[in-house]
Amino acid sequence: MNKSSLTALKASLVSCHSCHLLCKAAFVSKGAYAVCPRCGATLHARKPNSIARTWALVFAAFILYIPANVLPITHVISFGKAQSDTIMSGVIYFVKSGSWPIALVIFVASVFVPLLKLFLLTFLLISVQRKSQWRRKDRTRLYRITEAVGRWSMVDIYVVTILVALVKLGSLATIQAGTGAIFFAGVVVITIFAAMGFDPRLIWDTQE
Amino acid sequence: MEILIACHECDLLYQRQPLPPGGTARCVRCGAVLYRRKRNSLDRVLAWTIAGLILFVIANVYPFLTFRLEAQIQKTNLITGIIELYDQGMWIVAGVVLLTSILMPLLELTGMLYVLLPLKFNRRPWKLSFIFRLVRSFKPWGMMEVFMVGILVAFVKLSKMASIIPGVALYAFLALIFVLAASAASLDPHIVWSRSEKRL
Repeated sequence: MNKSSLTALKASLVSCHSCHLLCKAAFVSKGAYAVCPRCGATLHARKPNSIARTWALVFAAFILYIPANVLPITHVISFGKAQSDTIMSGVIYFVKSGSWPIALVIFVASVFVPLLKLFLLTFLLISVQRKSQWRRKDRTRLYRITEAVGRWSMVDIYVVTILVALVKLGSLATIQAGTGAIFFAGVVVITIFAAMGFDPRLIWDTQE
Repeated sequence: MEILIACHECDLLYQRQPLPPGGTARCVRCGAVLYRRKRNSLDRVLAWTIAGLILFVIANVYPFLTFRLEAQIQKTNLITGIIELYDQGMWIVAGVVLLTSILMPLLELTGMLYVLLPLKFNRRPWKLSFIFRLVRSFKPWGMMEVFMVGILVAFVKLSKMASIIPGVALYAFLALIFVLAASAASLDPHIVWSRSEKRL
């Protein structure tokens, strides 16, 4: 593979985001759009409104993160007693009962990963907006991390789904999903869209 | 075969060079994978896809998990939890789980079969490039491996309270995760894209 020192943008080429075909950048009048001749995807030199879109989704996720952690995600009704659990109280329960590997899995997947992802995206957005020259390769790696880890936050939603299906023994024991689950699912889905909306090529665009 | 390719993560231009089978071309500037060459990509992905569809049916039809507390038995299928969430008014959560654990894997498998089976016999399926583009965009939304971790956590959580008996569907589900991973690892999308251009 021979490397040129040119980017597609500088060579007036557009790489199709779906099938990676290189197309000549055509002049497109306002309101119209160009499509890839091979796969039909809309062509953009860079993801459209990448920074504004990612900021909006990051803010939305930060806001939803609060009710997702404060509101209960499960209600356990057993022998007439009701108990509500948030994500953190679930983690604490596992620590107390001695199954700390499981506590760690839930803590990392549900509390740590969403926050990590949001802070990383915030950092990447600010660095791109300030046209930072700092360690582009490492920042691209950070972007790859945000893309890869997001899906693992869904673990808690699946745990609730399984608990709700299995523990349905009337007054003996019943588990119901709490409103926190809605917000939490929102955080996970929105952060995945936020990572998709960010264009890592912006990190490199400031290079001569 | 196109001559040039741009890195999809940093936009640097490269001249395409032929790779040995199993080889990978990476961007020297940012380290992203530019393209790979797979052995018998079409045949392998087709085989994994057919195996995946069979496992998908088993995973959805047979009992998934059974919960036993003394004399009380609660049998569940893969979809039971989703229906239960919907009944509790949690339709957003139910929708997200339905999409990520059942619908997206199913659409990915059927879409792949639709694209690859005709190509195998040198025919071009209707709307090939559109369908293949759609199937590729479903990929990040299938989260069965994450679901499996959820099952493990639920297992531990309930193990003190009652016994949980894994069903046939659970094993099929587990196998399906590996089949989907193997299918993704053997896919060279470039073969499909270049076939979509060729007149057959």
